[in-house]
Amino acid sequence: MQTYSYYPGCALERNAAVYHDSLMAVAESLDLTFTEVADWNCCGATEYITIDLIPAYALVGRNLALAAEQNCNGRSLVAPCSACFLNLKKADHYLAQSPELNRKVNQALAAGGLHYEPGSVHVKHLLEIITEDVGFEKVARAVKRPLFGLKIAPYYGCLIVRPVFDGTFDDAEQPTSMDTLMRTIGAEVVDFPAKAQCCGGHMTQISEAVALHLIHQLLKNAVDHGADVIAAICPMCQLNLDAYQDAVNKHYGTNFHIPILYFTQLLGLAFGFGEATMGIGQELVDARPALANIQVKPLKPVKRKRPSKTELPMPPKLQEVRSCLKNE
Amino acid sequence: MPQERIGVYVCHCGSNIAGTVDVEELTAWAGEALRHRGVVVARDYKFMCSSLGQDLIAKDIKEDALTRVVVAACSPHLHEATFRKACADAGMNPYLCELVSIREQVSWVHTDKAAATAKAKAVISGGVERVIHHAPLEPMSVPINPATLVVGGGIAGIQAAMEIADSGFHVYLVEREPSIGGHMAQFDKTFPTLDCAACILTPKMVSIGSHPHITLLTYSEVEQVDGYVGNFNVTVRKKASYVNSDLCTGCSVCEEKCPKSVIDPVFEAGLGYRKAIYRSFPQAVPKFPVIDADNCIYFDTGKCKACEIHCEAGAIDFEQEDQILELNVGNIILATGYDLFDARRETQYGYGRLANVFTSLEFERLTNAAGPTNGNIVLRDGETTPKSVGIIHCVGSRDRKFNNYCSVICCMQSLKFAHLVKERTGAEVFNFYIDMRTAYKEYDEFYQRVLSEGVHFIRGRVAEVTDVSNTPEEEDKLVIQIEDTRIGRQRRIPVDMVILSAALEPRHDSDEVAHQFGISCSVNGWFIEKHPKLDPVATMTEGIYIAGCAQGPKDIPSTVTQGAAAAARVLGRIQQKEMALEPIRAEVTEALCSGCRICNNLCPYTAIVFDEAKEVSVINAALCQGCGTCVAACPSNAISGTQFSNEQVMAQLHGLLMLNIMEPVVS
Amino acid sequence: MDTSVKYVRGPTTHDRTFLEEVIAQTPVDDPRLAYCVQCGTCGGSCPSGADMDYSPRELFAMIDANMREEVLSSNTPWYCVSCYYCMVRCPQDVHITDVMYTLKRMAVREGFSHESNAKDAPDFSETFIDFVENYGRSFELGLATLYHLRHHPLNAVRMATGMGFDLFRKGRMNLLPTRIENIDQLKAILAEAKAIGGNGDANL
Ligand SMILES: Cc1cc2nc3c(=O)[nH]c(=O)nc-3n(C[C@H](O)[C@H](O)[C@H](O)COP(=O)(O)OP(=O)(O)OC[C@H]3O[C@@H](n4cnc5c(N)ncnc54)[C@H](O)[C@@H]3O)c2cc1C
Ligand code: SF4
Ligand code: SF4
Ligand code: SF4
Ligand code: SF4
Repeated sequence: MQTYSYYPGCALERNAAVYHDSLMAVAESLDLTFTEVADWNCCGATEYITIDLIPAYALVGRNLALAAEQNCNGRSLVAPCSACFLNLKKADHYLAQSPELNRKVNQALAAGGLHYEPGSVHVKHLLEIITEDVGFEKVARAVKRPLFGLKIAPYYGCLIVRPVFDGTFDDAEQPTSMDTLMRTIGAEVVDFPAKAQCCGGHMTQISEAVALHLIHQLLKNAVDHGADVIAAICPMCQLNLDAYQDAVNKHYGTNFHIPILYFTQLLGLAFGFGEATMGIGQELVDARPALANIQVKPLKPVKRKRPSKTELPMPPKLQEVRSCLKNE
Repeated sequence: MPQERIGVYVCHCGSNIAGTVDVEELTAWAGEALRHRGVVVARDYKFMCSSLGQDLIAKDIKEDALTRVVVAACSPHLHEATFRKACADAGMNPYLCELVSIREQVSWVHTDKAAATAKAKAVISGGVERVIHHAPLEPMSVPINPATLVVGGGIAGIQAAMEIADSGFHVYLVEREPSIGGHMAQFDKTFPTLDCAACILTPKMVSIGSHPHITLLTYSEVEQVDGYVGNFNVTVRKKASYVNSDLCTGCSVCEEKCPKSVIDPVFEAGLGYRKAIYRSFPQAVPKFPVIDADNCIYFDTGKCKACEIHCEAGAIDFEQEDQILELNVGNIILATGYDLFDARRETQYGYGRLANVFTSLEFERLTNAAGPTNGNIVLRDGETTPKSVGIIHCVGSRDRKFNNYCSVICCMQSLKFAHLVKERTGAEVFNFYIDMRTAYKEYDEFYQRVLSEGVHFIRGRVAEVTDVSNTPEEEDKLVIQIEDTRIGRQRRIPVDMVILSAALEPRHDSDEVAHQFGISCSVNGWFIEKHPKLDPVATMTEGIYIAGCAQGPKDIPSTVTQGAAAAARVLGRIQQKEMALEPIRAEVTEALCSGCRICNNLCPYTAIVFDEAKEVSVINAALCQGCGTCVAACPSNAISGTQFSNEQVMAQLHGLLMLNIMEPVVS
Repeated sequence: MDTSVKYVRGPTTHDRTFLEEVIAQTPVDDPRLAYCVQCGTCGGSCPSGADMDYSPRELFAMIDANMREEVLSSNTPWYCVSCYYCMVRCPQDVHITDVMYTLKRMAVREGFSHESNAKDAPDFSETFIDFVENYGRSFELGLATLYHLRHHPLNAVRMATGMGFDLFRKGRMNLLPTRIENIDQLKAILAEAKAIGGNGDANL
C-alpha cells in the first residue's frame, strides 16, 4: 500500500469529475491511497503568470506549502491534470534555482503564516505514478477484463512531457509510457505520431481558428491511424478534443466521432468496473459504440508482410518498450 | 650578507603589463627593497623575451656574476624555456632562473594600477625568495626506441604510418576493425573536388598492407600501455579471426557460401548486410576475412562449417585463439577518429521511426557504387527514386542538449549530398541550415557551384520532420516543418526523403582510451592537444601524439595534415636518438616511506612502483612528470618534488606575504 | 508624433536595455535570452506560429534591437499556447515560453495589451484571475460566460445553447463557485505578493 498526497485541481471538481472518480477507483485496485491536500487552491493554470509574476508563484507556493505541511512522511504529491502538474513542479524547480524568487515568494507566504522549502515536495503526474511507481506488472495483475480489440490512440499533450526538467520521465516528442500501459490492459495501440502535440489549451477562448486547427490535426491523425478511442491524461485536452469536435466538423466539413476518455476510465474498465461507475457517457462524443468493439479474445496479430528483397533495413529502436501482459 | 647575487628583470610586454602595472616603480622597488635578499640588479624592458631582452640578462650574468635570475613577465607555459636557455647560454645553470607571472596573474586580471603594482611586487618578492633555494639540475636523457605505434587505421593513421615507414622506421598499425580505411572508405565522393574516395584511398591502403616497415595488426586492440617516451611497452590483443592468414588467398568463396547474413552496423552503417564471415568491403586491407563468432551458426549450434567445407586453401581454423602481442615502441600516435551522432536521440527528426529519414553515413552507403543499392539513391523500400529530398544540417551539433560545437564538415558534406542527389536523381533538393559554414580552400566555391545547380537553400533550423499530414499534398510524405528565417514565416515542405547531417562525436570509448595512454579529453570528449594553436598534435604526455578527428571534428585535408604533422614530430624524436627530460621530478626519501602504497595508484603517469624487497615506493624518473600529486598525498611526507620542495614553496609564500621586508604591522 | 524616417538603432548607451529588462523579469537567474542565435527552431515549432505577427525568433531580435513598443504590442506572446515545443527544441536552451509570459506581463503593466489582434486574451486571463482571487478556485461556467459576454456576445449565446449547455446538462459545469475555506489566508498572501512584485523583476 502506497500513500500519496493528492492535488485534484479545479477541473476535477466538476468538468472532469469522471477523471477524479475513475482515478480513485483505479488507485484502490492498485493499492494506492490518495490523500487530498486540505484546502488547496487553484494553480493559476496558464493565466495568472501572464498578469503578475510573484502572486502567480505565491499561488502555487501556497499549495506546495500546504502539501509539505500536511505531508508528514515525505510522500510524493500526485496531480492528475497536466497543467497543475507542471505549475507545481515548475514552481518548485524555479524556486530552488533562484534564491531571490524564493525569498520573495516565501515573504508573501509568510503573510499567510506559511513557508515552503523548495525541493521538499516531489511532484508527480498520475501517469508517472502508475507507469513507474506501480509498474506494468502490477497493472497487468489487476486486469480482469482486457480491452482486447479496442484501438486506442494514447494522447499525452504537452505539459507532462515538456518542458524537460531533470527527471522528466518520458520522451518530449514521442513518449511511450502510456502506449505500454494501454497494451498492458490488452488494448491495441495505434500509431499516433501527433501524440504529444498541443490541444490548443486556452486558445479556444482567444483564437478559435488556431484552436480548431490544432484539434483538427489531432483528431485527424488519430482517425487516420484507425483509433476507436483517444485516451487523455489531462482535463484540458479532454475538454478541447471532446467539446470542440462538433465545431471542428463544422469548420472543416469533417465527420469525426471519436470519443475521448481519460486513461483511468479505460484502466477501470479493464480492471472490471462497470461503464457507469467509470462515468462512461459523460463525454460529449459517446464512447459506448466504440467500447462495443472490445473482444473477448485478443485480435490475431496482423501478419507482418515479408519485407521485399530490395528493402533496406531500418535502424533498431532506441529503447524497445514492450508490453508485459502475456496474452494467454 | 646574502649569499646569492640575484638579477630581477621586469617585462613590459608592450602595454600588456606596462598598461596596468607601473613597471618603472616596480623595478626601482625590486632593486631597493629586495637588495638585502641579494638582488644586485633590477631592470625593466619593453619585450624581455626579444633577443635584446635576453642579451640584457646574459650580459648581467657575465658582468655582474649573477647566481640567480628572476624574470617577471608572462606565464612559465610561454617563456620559461626561453629564459632558461638565455641563462644557460650565458653559462648559468638554467634551473637557477625563475619566471614569475605578472601578466596572466596580475595585469590581465586587474584594472587598478596601484593595486596591481603592489601585487606585482609581492609576486616578485615571492620569486626572489624561492629562487634562493633553487638547486642546479641536470636534465636526464633517455634513448628513443625508433619503432612507433599508430592506433587507428583511418586516413589519419594511414598517413602517419606511411610517412614514418617511408623514412625507414618501423610502424605497428593497430586497427580495431577487420580492415583499415576508417570512415573515408565508406564514402563515394569527397568534397570539394568530388573525387572518388576509393580511388584516392585504396592505393594508400594497399601500400600500407605491403609496406616492409609496417606491421599491420587489424582486428586488434591495445590492452595495456606501460613505460614512457622513448620506451613504451604495449600489449595488443589480436582477436581470433578463425582464418589462417598464411593460407587464405582472399578468394571470398567462404563469404558467398556462408548462410548467415547479418546487418552490418559498422561499414554499411546499418543499411546493408554482411555474412558471419566477412571482409568489411571488397578492397579491404588486409584481404583476409574474419568470422564474427557472435553471429556464426557453428559457434552457436556446433553445426554448419560451410566456410570450411568450401575453402580450398583450408584456411578456416575454428580453434584459433586471441593472440597477445608485446610491442616496444618509442612514440605513439592516436588516430582513433570519431563516431557519428546517434540521430535517434533527436526524436523530432523521426530517425528510426520514419523509414525515409536517413543519416549522413547511411546516405554515403546509398550513393556508393559498392553499397547495398549499387549507388542508386532510393527510398527505404530499395526501389523508389525520391522526387524531393530535404537535407538537414547541424543534427546533434551546435545544440546544448547534445554537442555544443560545430562539427565543421557537415555543411560541406550536405552540399556534397545536394549535388549528388541533383545529379543522379534530378529531385528537388532543399538544404536547411542555420548558417552556411564553408571556410576552407575551394569550399565556398563549391557552395557557389551547388547554388548554380538549382538546389533550394532555406535558412533555418528544422523544427520537426513529421508524418502527421494536414492536407492532401502532405499525405504519405515526410513533412519538414520550419521557420524560413529569410521571410519569418512557417513553412511545411513535403518531401520523399530526409537526410540528417549528423554530428561528429568523440569515440564512445574515448575516455578509456585517453586514460589508457595517460592523456586527457576535453569537456566535449575530444583528446586534448598540448596547445590548441601552437602544438595541436602533441599532448601533455611526452611521446603520445594525436591526429585526425580524434583531436576534434575536421575534414580529410586537415586530417591528413595532422597525420603528417604527427609523423614529422615522431621522426624528429627518432632522429634525436635520445631525448632530454625535464629534471622536475618527485623523489621518495626511502627512510621516511612507510610503505603504505597510497601514492602508487594516484600517479596519473603510473610512474610509481613498489619495491617489494625494500618495502618502499620508488618513482621512475623517466615517467614522472613532476605533477606533485604524490607529494601532496604522501601521509609520511616522504616524497618531495624537485623545484617544489617544502622549503621552496614556504620561502615563496614568505616572500609573497612580504614577510621578508616588512616590519610586523602593529594595529 | 515625429513623421520622419525611423531607423531601428538598437541600444546605443549602457542604460539598462530592453533585453536586460526582459531577462531580469523572467524567473531563474539566466533565461538565456542573450544566447539566441536566430535559428528559428522556435518559430518553426510553434503551433500558433502561422497566426503570430512576428515569430518568437523575430521577437527576440526585436528585443535586442530595443523595439519596445513593437514587441509589447505584438500578438505573439498572446498566441503562445504554452506547448513548450520551442523550449525543448531550442538548441541554445533559451527559456522561450517563460519569456513569452514575461512579455505578456510587461504588455499588461505598460498598457500595450490591447494593441494586438489578440486583445481579448488579457481579459480572459484577468477574468480567470478574478475568480481565483475571490474564491481560491476557478469556475468554468462563470468564466466562460462572463468572458464571452464581455467579448463575444454571440458566442455567449452559442455557449449557453450549444456545447456549454451540453456540458451543463451532463453535469460538467457548475453554477455555484466553490470557495476554499481559508480564503482570507490566500488573499493575504496574494496581497503581500503584489506588494513585493514591484517592478516585476524576478531576480533582482
Ligand atoms: C557523412 C560524412 C561525409 C564526409 N565526407 C567528407 C568529404 O567528402 N570530404 C572530407 O574532406 N571529409 C569528409 N568527412 C570527414 C571525414 O570522414 C573525416 O575527416 C576523416 O574520415 C577522419 O579520419 P580519421 O582517420 O581521423 O578517423 P576515422 O575515419 O574515424 O578512422 C579512425 C579509425 O580508427 C579505428 N579505431 C577507433 N578506435 C580504435 C581503437 N581504440 N583501437 C584501434 N582502432 C581504433 C577505427 O576503426 C577507424 O578505422 C565526412 C564525414 C561524414 C560523417
Ligand atoms: S561456420 Fe559460421 S562463418 Fe562459416 S559458413 Fe557457417 S555461419 Fe558462416
Ligand atoms: S558544419 Fe555546418 S552543418 Fe555542421 S555543425 Fe557546423 S554549421 Fe552545422
Ligand atoms: S530556437 Fe532558440 S536559438 Fe533558435 S531562434 Fe528560437 S530562441 Fe533563438
Ligand atoms: S511554447 Fe509558446 S512560443 Fe513556444 S512553441 Fe509553444 S506556443 Fe509557440
